[in-house]
Amino acid sequence: MTIVKTQVNRRSFLKASALAGGGLMIGFSWACNPMEAERAAPKEWFDMNAFLSIADNGQVTIMSPNPEIGQNVKTSMPMIIAEELDIAWEDVIVKQAPLNSTTFQRQVAGGSQSIRQGWASLRMVGATTRQLMINTAAKEWGVDAAGLTTENGFVMNGRKKLSYGELASKAVGETIPEEVPLKDPKTFKIIGKSKTNVDMDDIVTGKPLFGVDYTADGMVYAAVMRPPAFGTKLKSFDDSEARKVNGVLDVITFDDNERPDQREIRGEKIAVIATNTWAAFKGKKALQAEWERSSRLESTTNHDRELNRLLNVSNSESLKRSDGDIKKAFAQADGTLERTYEAPFLPHNTLEPMNFFANVTEDKVLLAGPTQTPDWTQGRVAGLLKRERSTITCEMTRMGGGFGRRLYGDFALEAAAISDKIRKPVKVQFSREDDMMAGTYRPASKYKFRAAYKDGKITGYHLTGAGIQMGNATRENWFPAGGIENYKVESNNLNSNITTGAWRAPITNFLAIAEQSFFDELSKEMNVDAVQVRLDILERAKSNPVGSIDYEPEKMIGVIKLAAEKGNWSNPEAGVSKGFSCYYSHNTYVAEVADVTTENGQPKITKMTAAVDCGIVINPEAAINQIQGGVVDGIGHAMYGDFAFVDGAPQAANFDKFRLIRTKEAPKVDVHFVESLNDPTGLGEPSLPPAGGALANAIAGATGRRVYKIPFTKQDIAMG
Amino acid sequence: MASYNIKINGQTRSVEAGADTPMLWVLRDELDMKGTKFGCGIGQCGACTVHLNGNAVRSCQIPVSAVGENDITTIEGLSEKGDHPLQEAWKQHDVPQCGYCQAGQIMNAAALLNKNSNPSYQEIEDATHGNICRCGTYNKIKAAITTAAEQL
Repeated sequence: MTIVKTQVNRRSFLKASALAGGGLMIGFSWACNPMEAERAAPKEWFDMNAFLSIADNGQVTIMSPNPEIGQNVKTSMPMIIAEELDIAWEDVIVKQAPLNSTTFQRQVAGGSQSIRQGWASLRMVGATTRQLMINTAAKEWGVDAAGLTTENGFVMNGRKKLSYGELASKAVGETIPEEVPLKDPKTFKIIGKSKTNVDMDDIVTGKPLFGVDYTADGMVYAAVMRPPAFGTKLKSFDDSEARKVNGVLDVITFDDNERPDQREIRGEKIAVIATNTWAAFKGKKALQAEWERSSRLESTTNHDRELNRLLNVSNSESLKRSDGDIKKAFAQADGTLERTYEAPFLPHNTLEPMNFFANVTEDKVLLAGPTQTPDWTQGRVAGLLKRERSTITCEMTRMGGGFGRRLYGDFALEAAAISDKIRKPVKVQFSREDDMMAGTYRPASKYKFRAAYKDGKITGYHLTGAGIQMGNATRENWFPAGGIENYKVESNNLNSNITTGAWRAPITNFLAIAEQSFFDELSKEMNVDAVQVRLDILERAKSNPVGSIDYEPEKMIGVIKLAAEKGNWSNPEAGVSKGFSCYYSHNTYVAEVADVTTENGQPKITKMTAAVDCGIVINPEAAINQIQGGVVDGIGHAMYGDFAFVDGAPQAANFDKFRLIRTKEAPKVDVHFVESLNDPTGLGEPSLPPAGGALANAIAGATGRRVYKIPFTKQDIAMG
Repeated sequence: MASYNIKINGQTRSVEAGADTPMLWVLRDELDMKGTKFGCGIGQCGACTVHLNGNAVRSCQIPVSAVGENDITTIEGLSEKGDHPLQEAWKQHDVPQCGYCQAGQIMNAAALLNKNSNPSYQEIEDATHGNICRCGTYNKIKAAITTAAEQL
């Protein structure tokens, strides 16, 4: 048993205790959990802390602190609290918490970190509340708390028991314990058992859950016309036809720039205000606007040239890491290989287009909608409107996908600026075209790999990355760092006026494809098994690392062996070409084996086997879902992701031009987790980076052709 | 603007709308039925799938003036208690990630099962190829349809 000090979350307890001094009843009025239909409805709810209320009938409401984008945290975070609280999952009602930075930590959906960074504090919230129940029961019975246990929402004293529901009203005034015991993970009853998504019933019956569904009294709808190309701004416009559209209330310009220098480049935007979404869209189509150049008009052809140039720039700024002597390794090699890989910009294409609600009044601001960063967004809106943060409330809706796009609060700033100007509650709704053309794109990048080998071992490795606004486009201390004697990593950055940002597994979403494709081709050149090449490097990194490394070779070896075994790497089925790949990201290790067969002369991916080490698995079925989704996403964007700019204008605006992966193109994904009781690590992103590389390597085996460029389909690899 | 009487989920609903207003927006904004989702507006993604006389159609492509006497069924009307075999199978397989496309996926699959209660894997793939799931839950969607078909 682990004893932990409760300090981390005392803040949330103390605040609630102060509020709830006299046994405050808080106003939850919803029906009880359908699974518990026979139980009496709760009469009173008692606020234990910011996360938890317990009803007199024993039901427990758990506030899920973080934004839900499909990564399942609205289910899995409450599971952790419920486990340590020691209650039956059937007694739990989950609610989405609003933004509250003083009581909740890191209310962000990003970096696959919600569970990893929430783990300790969520356990403590549950364990502390459990101890409160025990201490309260001890007083009731006049016994020592040390002799009491808990079970499924009851405090037990031999044959006597008191339910948490009976204890809740008395527990409210109890002193918060200084130290609490945590469960031994081996005894977990909720964690590690699949629990259905808590929003499942609402999802399958079409209840309003998402930002797009949000409404409020007196709400109007806004469609926004933005510059059609990066580097242009509004010159003039004619709204006479737009105003004739039935349902259009007004046409305004607004300024959502946070800084004067942005205003110079981006200018103002136009908003069509209407009584409904369709009228707003139609009104926008009827606008006549003229745009003028305000800065560079960039094109993919220019980016290509610049990135190619940067792949050959080597200086003190570009150098990220250097071990040994690269030049010597290449001079003494049996053989060398050099390959360059390239990937375009990508839009996120969440299926729910961007939208946000704002109601700006004289003294208050209400924001509501899908955001991965409610705290940051609140701060930016405060800055834009010159309001105190304390006057701004931010509610989170469920999100129809995030993938990084909803980290950026541009949509909320627009809604706030418009509502501030018209002083009405307003929802800004992007069309698909708006969404794809006003993105914060995955930046285009290129990588050049060089390797030297001697006596069947890699002796020299030199990677140069070049990306658009990526900062360091490499991960110099990750694999294969530490496993190769002579090792050099460099990276160069290209600035742009195209907005770029985090896209699911930032940087590694392409770096991994390039790296893992290179190792495959290198292994063939060396005539060594592709898995063995990786294991040799990892064994060196494990036993006698060159320099310092930021990953655990042992765990990578574990997933490689598991994937090789489960994916029949050594005994491929007849007619199947296998491709191998592995990658560490978001603190999680994933190895994948792709099966490609040939149908009618065309390669087709039929199966992907994934082995994953993410520590303890909280919610197994949902975890499988995350891994499958990441693999399908990785394959889809490697195959079809194609997004170019000409004179600052995106060349695709909807799904007729931008191809997303569909069901017949998605392989069966077979998922295997390494059994582990280690603290949990990331799950929403790590299965994506290795997928494209495994596919590329299997395609090479099936067709004899290597792919070096995203999308794979642009290189005449027609897929069945 | 004109007045339309439209049969939705077995009830006749009266709406005022422009003739070109897609049924998607009539459902969502005029009738406050938010289950039918907006994804692309050009009939490419399937998030807005509803039934027109039992057939899966894209409600973003059907103007209110074209509906006439035809019956529309939305996710809200697929079953009275949310217990259609597909809805049950979706729960069993814990299909959704973000959940945004799933109403469209279910409506699309329900139209398939209306016509063919015992579809092969190939027939399931053919029938569902038009519905995008950006989260990539295709494995689970196909498994859930297979399970639901077994219940019929």
